Amino acid sequence: MAGNDKAGGAVVPQGGFWGWLNYRLPVAAFWRSQASEYYAPKNFNVWYYFGSLALLVLVMQLVTGIFLTMFYKVGEATAFDSVEYIMREVKYGWLLRYLHSTGASAFFLVIYLHMFRGIMYGSYKAPRELLWLFGMIIYLALMAEAFMGYVLPWGNMSFWAATVIINLFGTIPAIGPGLVEWIRGDYGIADATLNRFFSLHVVAVPLVLLLLVVLHLVALHEVGSNNPDGVDIKKKKDDKGVPLDGIPFHPYYTVKDLFGTGVFLTLFAAVVFFVPTFGDLFLEKANFGPADPLSTPDPISPSWYFTPYYAILRAVPNQRMGALLMLIAVSAFFFLPWLDRSPVKSVRYRGWIYKTFLGLFAVSFLALMYLGMQPAQGVYVTLSRVFAVPYFAFFVLMPFYSRIDPVKPVPERVTYHG
Amino acid sequence: MSDSGAIANDIEIDESRRKFLTAAASATAAVGVAVTLVPFVESWTPSERARALGAPVTVDITKLELGQMILATWRKQVIYIVRRDKALVDALPKNDADLKDPKSADSDQPAYAKNEMRSRRVDVLVLIGICTHLGCLPKQFFDPGDPVLGASWPGGFRCPCHGSRFDLAGRVFNGSPAPTNLRIPPYSFSTENTLVIGLDGGDAAGAA
Repeated sequence: MAGNDKAGGAVVPQGGFWGWLNYRLPVAAFWRSQASEYYAPKNFNVWYYFGSLALLVLVMQLVTGIFLTMFYKVGEATAFDSVEYIMREVKYGWLLRYLHSTGASAFFLVIYLHMFRGIMYGSYKAPRELLWLFGMIIYLALMAEAFMGYVLPWGNMSFWAATVIINLFGTIPAIGPGLVEWIRGDYGIADATLNRFFSLHVVAVPLVLLLLVVLHLVALHEVGSNNPDGVDIKKKKDDKGVPLDGIPFHPYYTVKDLFGTGVFLTLFAAVVFFVPTFGDLFLEKANFGPADPLSTPDPISPSWYFTPYYAILRAVPNQRMGALLMLIAVSAFFFLPWLDRSPVKSVRYRGWIYKTFLGLFAVSFLALMYLGMQPAQGVYVTLSRVFAVPYFAFFVLMPFYSRIDPVKPVPERVTYHG
Repeated sequence: MSDSGAIANDIEIDESRRKFLTAAASATAAVGVAVTLVPFVESWTPSERARALGAPVTVDITKLELGQMILATWRKQVIYIVRRDKALVDALPKNDADLKDPKSADSDQPAYAKNEMRSRRVDVLVLIGICTHLGCLPKQFFDPGDPVLGASWPGGFRCPCHGSRFDLAGRVFNGSPAPTNLRIPPYSFSTENTLVIGLDGGDAAGAA
């Protein structure tokens, strides 16, 4: 046996720098196990772009964020002016900022589609519960990250969004008011609040996000991807132990994801260059004026990716119940692996009952998103209450309807649909 | 080397003693971690500077005319100070039927302001000018029968954001999204016309 033989019988490249390197660091082995000999189901469809796109947006946010930090000056007196400085005087500063602000919205768009894919194809079901939980924690961390990033430009909407969101913690019985003061570090939203949000947005939450993404990917590669049929491809293998319905991630899916990246970046660039504010949705008019504690913007509404929950918050006449219901609306996703009692994973083989509930849920989510952007009065509040019902019914009634749902037989092998 | 291995094999390992030592060391470490958290958590509370700037604020109300409102800032919050007509205060009980919390049972105010007029003195109203709904600043609509709010309007405040309405004691009307009456800060009068916001004075429990 040659000198480069290692314990466990792993094949290690021989000779030269490549051999020297791999004897010390398992580069080739890692590439094989995670890409060139990592077998993914061969029936992925368009919904399977959004995982890799989320990773792309994460990297984009990190890079543009690092550069924005070079020009941004944290502090109540300097923050707003420094963002204007970036927009007007730093070369391509406007582009860095628009990439970052559009990236935030793109992140949520991609994540929402990624989550819906997981729900549709039952990707949260055994053995992928932990994978789903990591993903959900990423979603929560992302919401915190986006909220704190929104405060940093210290525009008037930043200030009042921070006021409203932090005040939500004040609805917690007993500890609420003290907790709010602790989060703000002052008796109102102030310099102290801005500084700690900067630290969390730029250092703490990104670190947590990166760690969670690694855990999410390790958990994914441990159990393997689900697919639109919800068929376990590991059940049918050839004599070499390769799943019959699997293809190596590289080059097949790396190439596919590159195509998705191209399409995504084209659309993304169109937004960045032509409609960076996206009709007040990505950047709001009120935020182009500095923070003013003596003047509330009218109307006040959070970023579009929070509005479904905001609509639920406002739909409840009791403030504390509203905050509680909003918390439940966000965290309900965590429990999906245990709420779903259906014997099949994919929506393709589920019955009309599940399909009805899923359809109503998707419609409600979008309707609540729209309603959360409207003024909190009259018909908008009534409709928010109406659409909150199917939203919660999807989760609360799932243990019952998923069990009695007339499912279809699941095929042994994956199928193709056009 | 082989000797020490042989010695180790001869010794009988007391597993329960090992478990106890491991548990004791872990518990000590846990206490250490918990204690170490204190400075990190405490660093987020308002700093000495923020506390100093949050000290009571003195406002001279000598020139505050009847029906006039002035603004002060205390602890980053807008304070409304209104000189009220006694006739309007006497009319306040008439609003009770239309109010969410006429007795201020669920609202936030010092004990001396938990009364019908929600103030220490009949003529001076002191409020935190932050809507209890989502934190906007209610605007003044003091004239009864204001053209915007209709003939039955008794005079008070209206929030521009979501339309919450409050009477001249800061009590919220039914049909408003705000859950409770406008909050009232601790305050006292050091002289007839000197208002101290943020200080209860010697009589925190009773009305003056």
